[in-house]
Order: sequence, then C-alpha cells, then structure tokens
Amino acid sequence: MGKRAAIVGTGQTDHKSIRRDVNGQELIHEAVTRALEDAEMTIDDIDGVVIGNMDHFEGINYVDCWSIDGSGGYLKPVMKLCTGGTTGTTLAIGGYNMVASGMFEKLLVIGWEKNSESDTTGAIVTATDPILDRGVMAGALAGLAIEASEYAAAYGVTPRDAARVSVRDRGNACNNPHAHLQKAVTLEEVLNSPLISDPLRLLDMCPRTDGACAVIYAGESCAEKICPQPAWVVAATNRHTYSRFSDIKGQTGMVSLSRAAEELWQKTGIREPLKEIDVVELYQPYSWGGLKWMEDLSFCGRGEAPKLVWDGVTDMEGECPFNPSGGVISTNPIGATGLIRCAEIALQIQGKAGKHQVPDVRLGLATGFGGCFWSDCILYSKKKPE
Amino acid sequence: MSEADTPELLAVRSREGLEQVFHYSAGRYLSRFLVALRDQAKVLGVRCPACNTVYAPPKAVCDPCFAEMTEPVEVGPGGVIRNCTTLHAAFVDPETGVTRPVPYAFGNVQLDGADSLIQNYLVAEDPSRIRVGARVVIEFRQERTGNMKDIRCFRVV
Repeated sequence: MGKRAAIVGTGQTDHKSIRRDVNGQELIHEAVTRALEDAEMTIDDIDGVVIGNMDHFEGINYVDCWSIDGSGGYLKPVMKLCTGGTTGTTLAIGGYNMVASGMFEKLLVIGWEKNSESDTTGAIVTATDPILDRGVMAGALAGLAIEASEYAAAYGVTPRDAARVSVRDRGNACNNPHAHLQKAVTLEEVLNSPLISDPLRLLDMCPRTDGACAVIYAGESCAEKICPQPAWVVAATNRHTYSRFSDIKGQTGMVSLSRAAEELWQKTGIREPLKEIDVVELYQPYSWGGLKWMEDLSFCGRGEAPKLVWDGVTDMEGECPFNPSGGVISTNPIGATGLIRCAEIALQIQGKAGKHQVPDVRLGLATGFGGCFWSDCILYSKKKPE
Repeated sequence: MSEADTPELLAVRSREGLEQVFHYSAGRYLSRFLVALRDQAKVLGVRCPACNTVYAPPKAVCDPCFAEMTEPVEVGPGGVIRNCTTLHAAFVDPETGVTRPVPYAFGNVQLDGADSLIQNYLVAEDPSRIRVGARVVIEFRQERTGNMKDIRCFRVV
C-alpha cells in the first residue's frame, strides 16, 4: 500500500452549453483558480500538474503544453492522461497514485472539455475502430441505447422506470449552482421528449457542456494542515475490457463495472454497499445507467434496481442518495465529468455541498464510465484510513 | 476583462476547404476477413486455441487469454440480434463529412458459429420486428470492395 492521500480543495467552472466568453485555457484557469482559493493555496504551493480531456473533441492534441497558462504548469512537472469518457476518473486515480507513491505532495489535477467546439457524436465515432465500428456506430447515444435494449429485454425494465431516474437527477440539479441544466422535469415530460435513439429520449440523456474541474490532492504529511476535513481516498479500482465495440459479447451485465466494484468492496471490506455507502456520484450519462449500473455495482441484485429507485431509496432523503449534484445528465463536460464526480464526493464529505448536501456523509463513491464500456471506482472517506 | 470591454464574442472556424485523409492498415487478420467478404461473400472468424471463443470479425489476440489465434472459422450467414437501436438524432459522420440519414436501425448480431458480435444496419419490412432475439441473415452488396460496407445490412427473417 502507498501513503495516504486526500482531496483538499476543489474548483468547478460555471458549466454551460457554450462558454464563448473563454477559450479552453481560460476555462481551465477558472477551475484552477477556484480550487486554489478553496484550499487557500497559491500556484507556488503546487508541485505537479496532471491534466486531461478527450482531445478529439477540440482537435488539440498536445493539451498538456497548450494549456500551461491556464493550468499554472509553467516550469512544473506536467503530464496528460486521456482514457475517453473515463478521463476524469483516470485523472483522479492517476493523481491519487502519484501522491500515494510519495513522489508528489501537493498535486493539481484538472479535467476539462469544451464540447461546444465540435460535433460530440461525430468526435466519439472517431474514437472507435476505423475499419469495423465507424460505419454505423453513432457515438454515446446509440452505444448506450443498445445497452438499454439488452437490459430491457433481459429484465422487462421500461422507459418509465428509467424516466424516474431522470426526474430524480434533474430535480437534484436545481440545488446545485454549478449544474449546467437546472430544470426539474416530470415523468410525462421525460416520456414525451423527442426520441433520439430508441428507447432513449432527449431527457434520458446527458447534455454537451463546456466546463472544467480541478481538485488538489495532498499527501498524509500535509493534508490536515491544508484542510480541516480532507476527503481521503480509501481505494480506487478500474477495469478495461474490450478494444472495439464489435468485441463486446453483450452488456446485460457490464463486466468492467462488476469487476471493478468487486475489487473495491474486497479491498475495503464493504459487504453491503447500499447500507454502508452514504452517497454515490455515479458517472451516469443516461437514465438507464442509473438502474442497470446499480446492479453491476452490487447495490442490489439483477433486475432489482427499478424497485429501489421507485421506492425513493436513491432520492435525497433516501437510504443512499445517488447524484445529489444532478449528475451527468445535468452536466457533462466529458473530460471533466469523472473528476466532477470526485469533487462532488469531496464536497459531501467536507460538508460544503450547500443546498445539495447529504447529511452525515462518512463514505462516498465516485465512478467513471467510458470507452468500450470501461469502468473506474473510487471510494472516499471522512475518516483518515488506518 | 469585463463584458462591456468585449461586446462581440467570436468563434473561429477550422479547416476551411481542407481534407485530411487517413489510411488504416487492416493487418493480416482483417485483410483476410475483408478479402473473403469481397471475393466470396463469406464471413471469416478466428478461434482462440485456449478458450475456443470464436471472434468474427477476427483479430490476432483473444483479450482474456492474451493468446494468438490462428484457426480460421467460417461463420453466418444467419445470426441473432443481441442488441439494437433506431437512431433518430442526426449528426455529421466524421468519415464522410455528410449528415447521416436518420432514422436508421443498427445493432450487434451474433452470427451462427461466432461468440463475438458484429455491428451493422438492421433492416426489416416491418420495423417492429427489429428487436433483441430476432433472427437475421447477412445481405451482401453486389459490388464489393473489401470494406465493412460490403455487408449492406442484416435483414430480419
């Protein structure tokens, strides 16, 4: 095991569809400045920078260099991480690993995206196999729709069940000043919104967002001096499976998320996640993921998630609130999206989540989703790990 | 800088009239697969010697076993839809620069004799028959060039 490490500061931009008032570097600068202010640090205190996005969205392929004036990385060690949709949680895991290794003490971790600068679906298509997958593949919309088609066929789950997740998250977003979309919706509004890729409707799906998120990780020697309540990493796991969509044998169970979760629970001794975890920020780009992926995470058995969601177990007042921030279907600057999950869990642990605060958070789970159904899991704790 | 100082916010367009073309190497495995599509209207997969999984389209390495695969296996032309969708949201296809005509149905089919899936358009006279579990058969194009487009679609039977 490495040294202990914690998030000691977070910063998010004002997330919007189009931030024409800032270029990419300036957007990054906004998040970095806010994270430094939150931790009461200056850029001189930072001893390394890790940054990431999905570079094919902006068409800029050397972001680590290009972003220096925004990131504050001038004459510091800087590196870039990119794993597609999981970029934000890969940043959070990579940053944790660097601090836990003892090689860095105060590390600035940045995820960002300016999704307004290109056609998101077209750009995602370019991330797939050029010979086998690009001809008919249609980005995240259709990739997720086919997952929903399998899940619905296997367990009889309905669009109405999924719509309940959308109602929950879009309602929660109204309490988060950083959320891109802050409009509550009804079940009927979700079910009557335009069909975009059967069975997914517009209000089942995440938006495209311009936004950035920065978090500061600190090592065990200084975290408590910087911050009265650090958000400690307990464990982080991730699994990659296939390299191309035509390899995927089926997604009735998402094997990468199941395996990442299995290792997380084994490492942390958690036996009943639903009872033991206080809050979850699920990387859930569409409403159906809020059902099926609960099952892959072992929060309940196969086909049981709809009942839990209808019963309010994952609502703000429920036993284990999911996505108090409004989640990914309210805010989705893709390279930042996973890191926002982690920043939001840190806010919950620190008691700084304002109107979307869940009471008495001791343990919070952040997840990442991307690629050919790849998965990341990070568990954060109020208590310093033994 | 304040809003008053910047009354106009610009976005600068990239690539006026430019075209950047890529040439992707198919490699031995996919070349054999694409040549069989082109010359024989057949789908060739490959079997993993360690776990017997049949991948179609073929590839060099079985991910779970990390074993090199060498035994070719002919699969199809029939199969089963394992997952599917009908896309209604239009977007610009980065391969062609042209907006994809929507709606269209596509999905992943498990061809008879294969364990992996293959993606393509799904077609049925009655579109309500395009659903998980439906039987399909490959429809090849008359003019084939050694490209995935040599498979026009999977037609529900």
